[in-house]
Parts: sequence; C-alpha cells; structure tokens
Amino acid sequence: MLSVEGLTAGYGHAMILRDLSLVAEAGRITCLMGRNGAGKTTTLKAIMGLVPPAAGRVVLDGEVVSDLPPHQVPGRGIGYVPQGRRLFGALSVAENLEVALMARGSGTGLRAEVLELFPRLRDRLGQRADTLSGGEQQMLATARALCLQPKVLLLDEPTEGLQPSMIDAIRQAMLTLRDRGAAILLVEQRIDAVLALADHVQVIENGRTVETFDAAALTRAPERLRSHLGV
Amino acid sequence: MDFGPHLMLALLEGAVLAAVLALMASGLSLVFGVMRVVNVAHGEFYMLGAVVAWAVADLVGGGPAVGFIAALILAPLIVGGLAAAADMTILKRIDYDPERTIVATIGLLYVIQQLTLMGYGPEARPVAPPFNTRIALPWIEWGAGGPSVYFPWGLSTTSYKLFVIGAAAALILAIRLVLLHSKAGLVMRATQLDSEMATAFGIPVERVYAAVFGVGAGLAALAGVLIVPIQQAHYLMGGEALLLSFIVVIIGGLGSLTGTIVAAVLIGMSDGIISVFFSPTLAKILATLLVALVLVFRPQGLFGARER
Repeated sequence: MLSVEGLTAGYGHAMILRDLSLVAEAGRITCLMGRNGAGKTTTLKAIMGLVPPAAGRVVLDGEVVSDLPPHQVPGRGIGYVPQGRRLFGALSVAENLEVALMARGSGTGLRAEVLELFPRLRDRLGQRADTLSGGEQQMLATARALCLQPKVLLLDEPTEGLQPSMIDAIRQAMLTLRDRGAAILLVEQRIDAVLALADHVQVIENGRTVETFDAAALTRAPERLRSHLGV
Repeated sequence: MDFGPHLMLALLEGAVLAAVLALMASGLSLVFGVMRVVNVAHGEFYMLGAVVAWAVADLVGGGPAVGFIAALILAPLIVGGLAAAADMTILKRIDYDPERTIVATIGLLYVIQQLTLMGYGPEARPVAPPFNTRIALPWIEWGAGGPSVYFPWGLSTTSYKLFVIGAAAALILAIRLVLLHSKAGLVMRATQLDSEMATAFGIPVERVYAAVFGVGAGLAALAGVLIVPIQQAHYLMGGEALLLSFIVVIIGGLGSLTGTIVAAVLIGMSDGIISVFFSPTLAKILATLLVALVLVFRPQGLFGARER
C-alpha cells in the first residue's frame, strides 16, 4: 500500500501541493481528478521523488520512500507512466524496456511476460521509439513501467488522444495488473473512463484533497464529480 | 618536391592532427551531449594529460616505451579522476545550470592553468616517443615507359605518427562500441535523452554525470599523452586545442559523435594542407570562418539534430 501523508511540494518557492494526503491500496484503482493546475501531475512526480517534498512523506509498505534518493524509488517497485509518454525517443523499443529492467535487475523473462500484454510491441523491438504510432508509444510507456514489476503503478492521463482500440489495450493492462494485486494510481480527466475503472476517486483542488468517493457513491451520483471538474 | 608528394605529406600531417583532435573533441561532445555542459576547461585536461605524461615518464624511467605506456594508462585515470571530483564539488552544486557551468569551467580553466604553472613551471618539456622509426614513403610517377615507383626526398613520416592515427581511431571505435552496445552506454544515452525519466527508471543521473565528465576529460588527457612526443608539454598548450575542439564540435553538431569525427577529419586535413602550402595562421582563419558559416546557415551543425 502506498500512502501520501501531509505532502507539501512544488517548484522553487511556489508550492503546488499543500498538505495533501492520499492512499493507493493494493488490488484497487485509485483515480486522482481535478481541474488543470490542481496538482495531479506534481503529486505523481512527488511520489517518484522528482519533485522534492517541503513537508510530509510518502510511505510504501512501511518504508518511507520520500527519504530515498529519487533514483532508488523505482527500484522499490513504483512504476511511472508520465503524461506525454516521455519515452527515450532515439532508443529502440527493446532498449527502452532494458533501461527499466536494469533498475530491478530483471532479465528477458520479465520482458517476455510484459510483452504478453502488448504483443504489438514484440514485432517492433528493434524500431526507434519515436517512430511508433501514438498508441504504440503509450503501450511502450506502460510496458516500460511494468518492467519495474511495480507494486504501485502511477499513470498520468494514459489514454489521452488515443483511438478506442488502443484505449482498450491500456485499460486491459491496468485491470490485469490490478487483479495481480498491484495498487494503481491513475490521473484521468475523462469521467466515463473513471466511472468504468475506479474503485476509489480523490478530487484535488489547489494541491489539497476536497472530496473522496468510492465506486458505489460515484455510480449513484456522478454529477457531483462533474461539478468539481466544471464539466 | 613535386606537388603530388608535397600534398601527400600535408595530408599525413593533417591526419595526425585530425586523429588527436577527433579524440579530444569526442570528449567535449560527449560531455555536452549527455550533460548539456559546455566545458571551457576541456583544453586544460588535454594540457594536464601531456604534463602528467611527462611527470609519469620522468618518474617511472626504464626507457621511453615503459614511461610512455605508464603515462598512457595513468594520465587519463588521474585527469579523469580530477575531473569527476571537479564535477561533484563544483558542477553538481550549481545544478548543472548551463550558464553557470560556463562561468564555473572558465574558473576551473584558470585554476588548473595557474596551478600547473606553479607546480610544473613555464618550460616546454618533451616526452620521448616509444618508437620513432622514419619511414620513407613511395610515390608513383607516370612516365613515357609507364608507371614507376620512387621515394621522393623529404616524403616520409614516422612510425610514431602512424601509431597516433591508429591509436586514436581504435579509441574512437571503442567509445562508439561502448556507447551503442554496452549497458553503460545505454545508461548514458538514456540520461542524454531525458535525465528526469532516467531518474524515474533507476538511473543515478548525478553519478552518470560525474562519470561522463571524467571520461570526457580522460579522452582529452589521452589526446594530450599521444601528442606530447610530437609537441612538447607546456602549461598554455590547452588554449589552441580548446579552440580547435570547439570548431570541430560546432561544425559536426554539438553532442553528435559521428559529426565530431567527420568535422575533425575535415578540419585536421584542411589545417594540414593549408599549413603546409600557405600558413598555419591562414588555416585557423579559414576554420573559424567555416564555423561562422555553419552557425549562420546550419546552426545545428552538419550532424546535429535541429531544435524543435
């Protein structure tokens, strides 16, 4: 289980997150929602250690990961699929996966297992990542994070701008991982996607939690979620 | 000497310069490519390589070959270690900020230069080459009776100069192989492409930067060791080498190893030819003019990627 406890973090003197707390439980999909600039991406970056916390802490299965150097965080089992994919564009598909496999000291066995989820990538292992289609790039970004054997997977708007067949493949991978017991923390703007996937939703505004919903409450009253997002 | 043999001589001299320049500029290009740091102190690492080579050869004794081999191994290790320490104590503390690293490496340049002057002195000192056999080169002439081979007077080189060309080529090939086919190379390329994502996938970026800065300086030091039996070690020798290295990496494309090598061959060869037939000053003027033209018409260099 991942818990964020009283996290305050930002860039320079501008604090984006203010005393934010949240929990991502194993075997559940937690959605983080909010308007643009609410601090969703900063939350994921702060969990990864890419934005240093000014106060508060991030705890994974009892270990305070926010005290670790940022490069040691993925090795503890936190995978990150950033917004816009952020692949290593000039590297091949295989090399992108290799970078992640090195972080956990894993070998080709795990790679084969991950590629089972995205068989399309198997035929493109030698191809440069920046020559893949948008959907294939998102598959690679997800596969790369899965090569960390994550206990927690952080995804930042993974279906943005994708065609429906690609969205299905990404969702299927999320559900498979959840069923295997991983905690998933998903930043998502599309309410239909959230309603279909989320076990728990947390809405943030100005870096603070303003409301939380469980799946049942959401199904009964989706308009409350819409009112928070202004849609 | 006729024009043909004279040209061949100029090309050979140019090839030696091109080889050393390619090695040195590869270090500068590697540091810029991975770290986005313009290392103004790079020429001083070249000078330190030459000075340490002299010191090691002097200390070790036991004949020119033993001293030279010891220098070839120890100088890049010592200079690379110093550079990695400079990275961790200076560049890391200023967060590798592009503007501040330029100022910091200018400071480093003067510190290294003045410390060398204080410790080593203002003299130029030679290191004996491990071997230096003069090799007369043949030339083919087509006469009335068909082609005939002869050895023109003055058309010769030395076994050491040929070794410099071969050693530099082998080292550059080794760098390329390491970058493209090893885990260390993959880590460096991933860091170069996106340092934040490299961190998010377990790469200790600051350690990679220290290693790359050390390797870059080590390559400059190797170039210094190779050149010191031809030119003497002197505390001011880094200045011109730095200028030529910048010319090469700007023409080749900052951060492009292939571009650096092509540009080093172009600049080295043209420098050799123009220096032999006209004057070394004219060669530098034309090289600088070429940089200006590249900056105006193709700012990303011959092989550099255009900024989007």
